[in-house]
Amino acid sequence: MQVELRNIHKFFGPVHANRGITLTIPAGTIQGLLGENGAGKSTLMKILSGFIRPDQGEIRLDGQSVTFHSPADALAQGIGMLHQDPLDFPPMRVLDNFVTGSPGGLLPDREDARQALLSISQQFGFSLDPDAYVDTLTVGERQQLEIVRLLWLGARVLIFDEPTTGISAQQRQKLFAALRRLADEGRTIIFVTHKLEEVQALCHRVAVLRAGELVGTADAPYDLDRLVEMMFGKVISVGRADPVPLGETVLALEDLAVEDHRLNIRGVTLNIRAGEVVGLAGMEGSGQRRLLRAAAGLIRPTGGRVRFLGRDMTGRPYLDFHRAGAAYIPADRMTEGLFPDLTIAEHVALARQRVGFFLRAEAMRAWAQEAIRHFSIRGRPETPARALSGGNQQRLLLALMRPDLRLIFMEHPTRGLDLESALWIWGQLKNRCRQGAALFFMSSDLEELLNYSDRVLVFFGGRVSRPLPATELDVEKLGQLIGGYGFDRVVNTAAPAAHTEGEAA
Amino acid sequence: MTWDTILTGLAGVVAMATPVVFATLGETLTERAGVINLSVNGTILLAAMGGFAAALTTDNLWLGFGVGMLIGGVVAALLAFTSLSLKQSQIAVGFVLALLTRDLAYYLGNPFVGKQGPRVPVMTLPGLSRIPVLGALLFDHDPLTYLSIVLIFVTWFWVYKTRPGLILQGLGERPAAAYARGANVRLQRYVYTILGGMLVGLAGPTYSLSVKAGWKGTISGLDGIGWIALALTIFGAWNPLRGAVGAYLFALLQWLSLVVQPYLPDVPTQVLQVAPFPLMILTLLLVNIGNTEWMKRTLAGLPPDARHTVARILRAMQVTPPAGLGRAFEEE
Ligand SMILES: Nc1ncnc2c1ncn2[C@@H]1O[C@H](COP(=O)(O)OP(=O)(O)OP(=O)(O)O)[C@@H](O)[C@H]1O
Ligand SMILES: [Mg+2]
Repeated sequence: MQVELRNIHKFFGPVHANRGITLTIPAGTIQGLLGENGAGKSTLMKILSGFIRPDQGEIRLDGQSVTFHSPADALAQGIGMLHQDPLDFPPMRVLDNFVTGSPGGLLPDREDARQALLSISQQFGFSLDPDAYVDTLTVGERQQLEIVRLLWLGARVLIFDEPTTGISAQQRQKLFAALRRLADEGRTIIFVTHKLEEVQALCHRVAVLRAGELVGTADAPYDLDRLVEMMFGKVISVGRADPVPLGETVLALEDLAVEDHRLNIRGVTLNIRAGEVVGLAGMEGSGQRRLLRAAAGLIRPTGGRVRFLGRDMTGRPYLDFHRAGAAYIPADRMTEGLFPDLTIAEHVALARQRVGFFLRAEAMRAWAQEAIRHFSIRGRPETPARALSGGNQQRLLLALMRPDLRLIFMEHPTRGLDLESALWIWGQLKNRCRQGAALFFMSSDLEELLNYSDRVLVFFGGRVSRPLPATELDVEKLGQLIGGYGFDRVVNTAAPAAHTEGEAA
Repeated sequence: MTWDTILTGLAGVVAMATPVVFATLGETLTERAGVINLSVNGTILLAAMGGFAAALTTDNLWLGFGVGMLIGGVVAALLAFTSLSLKQSQIAVGFVLALLTRDLAYYLGNPFVGKQGPRVPVMTLPGLSRIPVLGALLFDHDPLTYLSIVLIFVTWFWVYKTRPGLILQGLGERPAAAYARGANVRLQRYVYTILGGMLVGLAGPTYSLSVKAGWKGTISGLDGIGWIALALTIFGAWNPLRGAVGAYLFALLQWLSLVVQPYLPDVPTQVLQVAPFPLMILTLLLVNIGNTEWMKRTLAGLPPDARHTVARILRAMQVTPPAGLGRAFEEE
C-alpha cells in the first residue's frame, strides 16, 4: 500500500512538533525515518496510525484520502504501529493478549487464534509460547507478538518506532529478516531509529526530520556524514576518549551471588578501580540488572561480599552507599530517577540545598540556571521533569549527581538518546572518571559497551563470564557471547576468587 | 454445639455474605476498569436506607431493590463524572462521597428508624435442598443469595472468558493499549463504574430487606462493611472468585465471633464484634507481605531450600493491582 503524507502539521500547545511534512512511501519499501530526540518522529507516526489527529494536512492510502478516528480505525484500514514501548498487557497470557481487541462475537475463538499465532510466528521464525505470561517475555519477544498480532489483523503498513532498543543482537537479526520479508511481500514498512548503521543495513530510503521539519531524503547507498549533518544541522565527529589512568580499588565484589525466582547467579568476583568503566552485557533479564542493584545495595545479595572504598557494605541499604559517595541511575528515568511533576529548579534544590527548612527561591533559580547552562538541558527552571525529552531527562539526572562521587551505577546510560546526546552524556561520564569516579553500567548497546568500557562482563544462561578486556572484543564476538556461542571458554569454571581479580586493562 | 446448629450457622454465614459478595463483585468490576470507587461504605448505607424506605412506603419489595441499585448507580455516576470528565482525583471525590452518603443515610433515614418493613421470603429450592449438607447450606435461602452465587460465576466468566472481558482487563492495566485495540476507554470506564456502583447499591437493600431486615439508623451495624468490600477486592486480587471467597471468610469470622462469645466471658463483647475487621486487615497484610522490601531482605538471608519454598508461597498469594488503577487517561 502506498502511503502519502501531505503537509502534516501538529501543535502541542506552543510546541510545533510537525511542520508541514510531506512524504510519499511506495508499497514494498522499507522507509527509514531519522531525527534527533524531539524531532517529531513519534508524533508523525502516531498521526499516521490514528493515535493522534493532525491539526492540518492529509493522509492518502493508494491515492485515497483517509481520516482515522482511532488506532483501531487505522488498523482496520491497514495501518499498524509498534510503539517505542510495546503496547501490550504484561500480566496477561500471550494468547489473551493476542485476541484482546480482535473483532468477533462475545466469546473469542481461542483455538483458531492459537493456530493463527503459531503459524504466523513460524513463518518468521519467532517462537512464541501462547500460554506464557507476557511479563516473562523479553522486549524482543513482546515485539514479535505485536508484529504477529498486527499481521493477523490485516496490517499492510507497519510502523516500527525505535524497535531495536532493548533487544538482543539475534533478535535484531530476526526482526530485520522479518521486515525484509514483509517488504518483499509488498507491505510498506516505516522504521524509526537514531542509529545510522541500522538505516544502512535495512532501509531502502530514508527521510530525516529536524525540529519538526522534513529536512531531506536519501536513497541507499547513503553518505552517512551527510545524514548526520541533516539530523543535527552540523557535523559531529565520534572520537575515542583518551584513556583514563586508574586509581585505587573503589568497588570490590567477592564471590557475590544474586537470585530471583528464575535466576541464580553466583561467584561474581570483580575489582573496579577509580577511573575505570566496567560494562555488563547480556540479553535483557539475564541478571545484569540484579547484579548491578545488589552491588549498589538496592537489593540484598544472597551470598558473597561487597566492599566499597575498602569498607564492607554487604547487605547495607542503598542510602549508606549513597552517603559514602555512590549514585545509581536507573533506566526508567521517569518512575525511578526523577519526580515527574517537580520542576528542574525543585530537583536541583532537592539535590543541593543541605541546610535550612524553607526553600530559597532565589538560590533555586540560580542553581537551576547554572545546571541548565552547564548540562545543556533544553528546558527552563520551571519546566516539570515529565515535559523534558528523554535526552534532557538524562542530562538533568547527571546534573543532580554530587560532584565528589566515587562510584556511579547506571542502567542503559543512553537508551533512546540520539547520537549527539549520547556522545555528550559519555563525555560527562568520562570526565567523572577522570575526577576519580568508577563507573559500573549495563547496556544492551554493543557499540556502547565496547567503546566506553575498560572491561565487560557477559551474562548468559544464569552464568557470568570473567571480566573481559574490551580491547579483546569486537561487536561480532560480543554478540556471539551474549547469545551463548563460545561462552564456555570465557567463564571460570573453577572460580577461586583470586583468579578473576584485578586484571584491569 | 450440635451438628445441626453448626449447619444452620454456616447457612447463616452464606446468607450474611450475600451483600458483601455483591459489593465486592461491583467494586472488582469498577477497579478492573481502572477506577477506584471509595464511596462503597456510604453507598451501601444510603442504598439500605433508601431501599427500605421505598419498599416500606410502596409496600413493593422489588421497588426497594430498584431504588437501592439506582442510588448506587447515581453515586457511581457522580464519581465517574468528576474523575473521568472533570479529571478530579478519584480518591478525594470517592472519600467525600463515602462520608456524604453515610451522613445522608442517617439523616434522611430518621423517620424510618425501627419501622417494621417487608422482608424477602425464603425460597427453598425443591429437590436441590434435599442434598445432604449442601442442600441446607446453599439451597435454602432467599432469591438474592442464589443471585449472588450466580453472579460470582457470571462475573468471573465475563472477565476472563469473553472478548469484552479481555478489554476490561486491559482498561485497568494499560488504557493506552486498550485504546489502541479499539476500546472507547472513557465510555467503558463510565459503564463499568456505574454497573459496579449498582451492584454495590444492591448490597444495601439486601441488608435492609433481607439479612438484617429493617433500618435502625446508626446502630444498623452496616457501617464498615463497605470498607471491608474494598479490602476484599484487593484480597481477591481483582478476581471475582477470590474476592467472593474473601467475602465468605469475612462472614465466617463474624459468625465465629458470635459463637465463641459465651466461651470467653472475660472478653468484652465489643471486642469480639469488631474482631473480624482487624482479622481481615491481618489477612490482607499476609497476602501482600511478599511485596515488602524487608520481607525480600529477610528472605535473602535464609538458607536456599527454605527461601525457595517461602518465596513460592508468597508469590502465589501476592497480588498486583491493575497498573492503570486510579490513573487518568488522555486519548491524545
Ligand atoms: N503529548 C505531548 N504533549 C506535549 N508535547 C509533546 C507531546 N508529545 C510530543 N511532544 C513534543 O513534541 C516534540 C516532538 O516529540 P516526538 O516524541 O515526536 O519526538 P521524537 O522525534 O519521537 O523523539 P525521540 O527520538 O526522543 O523519541 C517534542 O518537543 C516533544 O516534547
Ligand atoms: Mg519518539
